[in-house]
Amino acid sequence: MTTMTGAAYIKYELLRTVRNKRAFIFSLIFPIVLYFLIAAPQRGNKFLDKYGISAPQYFMVGLLGFGTMIAAMSSGARIAAERQAGWNRQLRITPLTPRTYFRAKVLSSYLMAIVSIVLLYASGLSLGVRLHPVDSWFKMTGLILVALVPFAALGIALGHLLTNDSMGPAMGGITSIFAFLGGTWFPVTGGGFYANLCKGLPSYWLTRAGHIGLGSTSDPWGSRGWLTIAVWGVVCVAFARWAYKRDTGRV
Amino acid sequence: MTSTDIAESTTTGVHVSGLTKSFKSPQGPVHAVRGIDLRIDVGETVALLGPNGAGKSTTIDMVLGLTKPDAGRIELFGRAPADAIAAGSVGGMLQVGGVIPDLNVRELLDMMASLYPNPLGVTEVVELCRIDDLVGRKTTKLSGGQTQRLRFAIALIANPDLLILDEPTVAMDVEARRQFWTTMRQFATRGKTVIFATHYLEEADEYADRIILMARGSVVADGPATEIKAHVGLRTIRATLPGADVAALATLPGVTNVDTRGEAVILNCSDSDTALRALLPAYPTARDIEVTGAGLEEAFLQLTGDETEEAA
Ligand SMILES: Nc1ncnc2c1ncn2[C@@H]1O[C@H](COP(=O)(O)OP(=O)(O)OP(=O)(O)O)[C@@H](O)[C@H]1O
Ligand SMILES: [Mg+2]
Repeated sequence: MTTMTGAAYIKYELLRTVRNKRAFIFSLIFPIVLYFLIAAPQRGNKFLDKYGISAPQYFMVGLLGFGTMIAAMSSGARIAAERQAGWNRQLRITPLTPRTYFRAKVLSSYLMAIVSIVLLYASGLSLGVRLHPVDSWFKMTGLILVALVPFAALGIALGHLLTNDSMGPAMGGITSIFAFLGGTWFPVTGGGFYANLCKGLPSYWLTRAGHIGLGSTSDPWGSRGWLTIAVWGVVCVAFARWAYKRDTGRV
Repeated sequence: MTSTDIAESTTTGVHVSGLTKSFKSPQGPVHAVRGIDLRIDVGETVALLGPNGAGKSTTIDMVLGLTKPDAGRIELFGRAPADAIAAGSVGGMLQVGGVIPDLNVRELLDMMASLYPNPLGVTEVVELCRIDDLVGRKTTKLSGGQTQRLRFAIALIANPDLLILDEPTVAMDVEARRQFWTTMRQFATRGKTVIFATHYLEEADEYADRIILMARGSVVADGPATEIKAHVGLRTIRATLPGADVAALATLPGVTNVDTRGEAVILNCSDSDTALRALLPAYPTARDIEVTGAGLEEAFLQLTGDETEEAA
């Protein structure tokens, strides 16, 4: 295929992504509902004052981590379903290159993640979240998108390794653990073993990306954050390639 | 083309030699394909005929590069399967497989067409497969037979030089089947090479130039339908012969197999003339004698039946 071919293929994959009702409800609506359920009743609550954040902002950041993680991994669930239908075998007898295939899957993941981000920002704004300076929104978005690389790759890897039936529980379990240890629900504090463990996870830095614009942190990652994300990114991408190769016998 | 070498190499569409594949199972290895050799010319329509478990799908999967052979070589138009597929020369309809959701039929065809360097137009394929009534439907809202027709359209949209169909008419009704074969014929006349797997003798007989009969992982016969019948040569002698000794009858010259139905005996013969000449002096009481030519069905059972029993 030449460079531009694959464009139509990718276009239809994205169209399929936005039409998928199940993914839409679980990856997009669920975090929003959760957000309003948790954050709305606590609008006036000042318990997080010592961190300098309002409750709506704190939970917006937390659910950004959780919601975008689910969204980024959503391609995996669809890959498992396509494999179950035998569709991947059909694709393997076409000239579709692994490059175009991955590009389509990664873009679908990111499309879902971006929609999730926009919806959560809108929900946050509606509950009075304001960031200063205003360009913090963009910086935050940029860091989140970078932090999602390992999750998008992990989703693709699992989609090629697990059956359709085991995909749901696996995704639920993995995202919950990553979210929990990454500080989505409770702030990770101190410098003990537990905190260091948490700081070794990409979800910690995904959540940290949301701490931008909290006044104190203009660079919420630092070299440790960038390094952690880079290592996880490289490892997960290699894992995805290995899983794809194992599944299809192709490179 | 002036060189005979090139002319020769371009007339072979599919060349398979020594193809072998076993699968592991708890009961020990399953020898799905036991060293088969095939040469199929460009433009030929070939039926791969055989009972369940004969190794048809395993062979097809290897030809399509979906399953790695344990041994043997496969060339499609003188190239490795992966290269022929990357060039868009191959279209396939696998035995099992669905389609993806969240698109309508036209969109899915358009999506698949975009992967090929030289596809047929969506409109042309829709017309060829007569699925104009389905184009606006969601792919998940199709019946089993309609899904099969869509899968056939997906195989055709590649505009492939080699079309491989694994039991394509399963789930189709009589009318859909008829239409399917008409389309397949139409496409084949464009100089395309077609291989299809089937259990149906009539389909193989009627729509293929040549039949490759497979049983238990081997090719047991290969040729035009008439030649396959000749290969087994079969005629059947049926006679009423009370209290006949089956074992003794089986030793008569020209007889390959003996069966009884009450008082009647049925002798499957490779040479019915010789068998009849031997039968009458030995069993003067035989009466109601009938000699019939065997159809492909019997040839099929004859060729594959013994081995199936052995396996049981
Ligand atoms: N993945 C597999 N693992 C183990 N055994 C297999 C596998 N695929 C096929 N077999 C075995 O290999 C043999 C040949 O199977 P194959 O699917 O090629 O037969 P077939 O001729 O296509 O049969 P059918 O007409 O039922 O489709 C069978 O005994 C089958 O059980
Ligand atoms: Mg089969």
